[in-house]
Amino acid sequence: MKTSHVKSTAITPESIEAAGAVAPLAVAEYAVGLGDDALILAQRLGEWIANAPELEEDVALGNIGLDQLGHARSLLTYAASAWGKTEDDLAYFRTEPEFRNRQLFELPNGDFAQTIARQFIASVYFVSLYRALEGSADPTLAAIAAKAVKEVDYHLDHSVQWLLRLGLGTEVSHERMQRGLDAMWPFTGELFSPDPLAVGLEGIAVDPETLREQFDATTARWIAEAGLTIPAAPSVRGGGRGGSHTEYLGPLLAELQVLARAHPGATW
Amino acid sequence: MADGTSVDDEAGAARFAQLLADEQRVEPTDWMPEGYRKTLVRQISQHAHSEIIGMQPEGNWITRAPSLKRKAILMAKVQDEAGHGLYLYSAAQTLGTDRDTMFEQLITGKAKYSSIFNYTTPTWADMGSIGWLVDGAAICNQVPLCRASYGPYARAMVRICKEESFHQRQGFEILLTLMRGTEEQRAMAQESVNRWYAPALMMFGPPDDDSPNSKQSMAWNIKRFSNDDLRQRFVDMLVPQAEILGVTLPDPAIKWNEERGHYDFGDLDWAEFHEVLAGRGPANSIRVARRRQAHEDGAWVREAARAYADARADERLAS
Repeated sequence: MKTSHVKSTAITPESIEAAGAVAPLAVAEYAVGLGDDALILAQRLGEWIANAPELEEDVALGNIGLDQLGHARSLLTYAASAWGKTEDDLAYFRTEPEFRNRQLFELPNGDFAQTIARQFIASVYFVSLYRALEGSADPTLAAIAAKAVKEVDYHLDHSVQWLLRLGLGTEVSHERMQRGLDAMWPFTGELFSPDPLAVGLEGIAVDPETLREQFDATTARWIAEAGLTIPAAPSVRGGGRGGSHTEYLGPLLAELQVLARAHPGATW
Repeated sequence: MADGTSVDDEAGAARFAQLLADEQRVEPTDWMPEGYRKTLVRQISQHAHSEIIGMQPEGNWITRAPSLKRKAILMAKVQDEAGHGLYLYSAAQTLGTDRDTMFEQLITGKAKYSSIFNYTTPTWADMGSIGWLVDGAAICNQVPLCRASYGPYARAMVRICKEESFHQRQGFEILLTLMRGTEEQRAMAQESVNRWYAPALMMFGPPDDDSPNSKQSMAWNIKRFSNDDLRQRFVDMLVPQAEILGVTLPDPAIKWNEERGHYDFGDLDWAEFHEVLAGRGPANSIRVARRRQAHEDGAWVREAARAYADARADERLAS
């Protein structure tokens, strides 16, 4: 594997491409799953821009979305190398069942509290995921994770601050925050269910089941601190990694892909 | 301020006049004429509103950007605009008008913002045209404002201009890529430039003989060049860039004038300008309604943040 020139501090889709690392097929399949999680979440966060409750949040949600998009681009660029393709081939020219993201990320934004609930769950998960992935035997994945972990730390801080503000702010915000958690919580279980794309990648991929304990402890602590209750709702069956999705992904992809698909082969 | 001028006012006025004569900066604590203060609040808040409303026509394409790289660039750009709005509101606040008041004026439709953002963005090429033409015109307007007499405004403009020139290059690059692309892409670029060219030229405001506030603003060292001078400068910059792009500027009267050392160009349709200004542009009501909706939908969020901050402050006092 040629990954010698990929540096963790400066890793970008361009530097990954320039380094010419070619992902082994199994690693590529795994990276597609992670990349799709980040891409679909970034697309949802992009919907907030110019719609946020205050200008500072237009900036903050935009920032988080941009970071997620950056992770997606690095992961998909690396994955695409296995098939001699580009990040855009993967993002724009796959169909809905070919997307491998976990379902949590495709859920609609709902109100601000629902978005914060999704972001809180996602950020707790990403922090432990990328911390673990930093130790991956695949140097490109490790470098992408090392850059991402600093960013998702900030995302977690942002969503925890809002969880507290909304949980403890007013009666209305408390109720909305609880409802937001209730809406998102059934989709947390899927994050820790066995990842079919990680099979056979010991030492390279992160076994999601190993992240569960940390997730439960961290979320329980902040949810309690915000005066909220951990929802008791059962987990949905999930299956995003195998290409099963909620009805929300199709319209999201239709929008994301519409222009690129109208001009196949064009450069932008 | 009442008519009766005090001794302090007289000393302040003399110092203010001296600052302008010496090309020095006026700072928030300095004495300044009420008219100067009002003009600045109006101009800076309008500029801030323009940045905020200007997020919408480009935000329209974030979810549909045709490559991930373009999506990232566009998201960063729209976010920069929110940032520009924030520091312009801060600059205006130093003159004693708070942000909530200015924002209220925006979402109730009382405040003006640049009319250009009342045009719509039906195609991706509009992301290129906005960068190249609209940001390009904004830069011509704004670079001289880095030398405006009011310190906080001038300093905000230095930062904004740096980012705007980056945006303009990105817009140019979008169009260049389209012009080097398929026939459909080239047509998309040309059609978009056709729509944005004249509105961009009108961003400099009405012709000098029809611009009532310009003279006073120039005397106050806020405005440095007349509308028509800036417009000429812009056209002189555009023509060679259009040649590089391979797009045709939609004005058959554009021609190099050896004698003047400038490009001649045709008359603009000022009736359209005044129509859009009067609220009859393609998207005036939509833009304001969208921001208002976001603001109203977010009221409970801001209220919760305030309640939380207050409770924490009380806790700190009690402990």
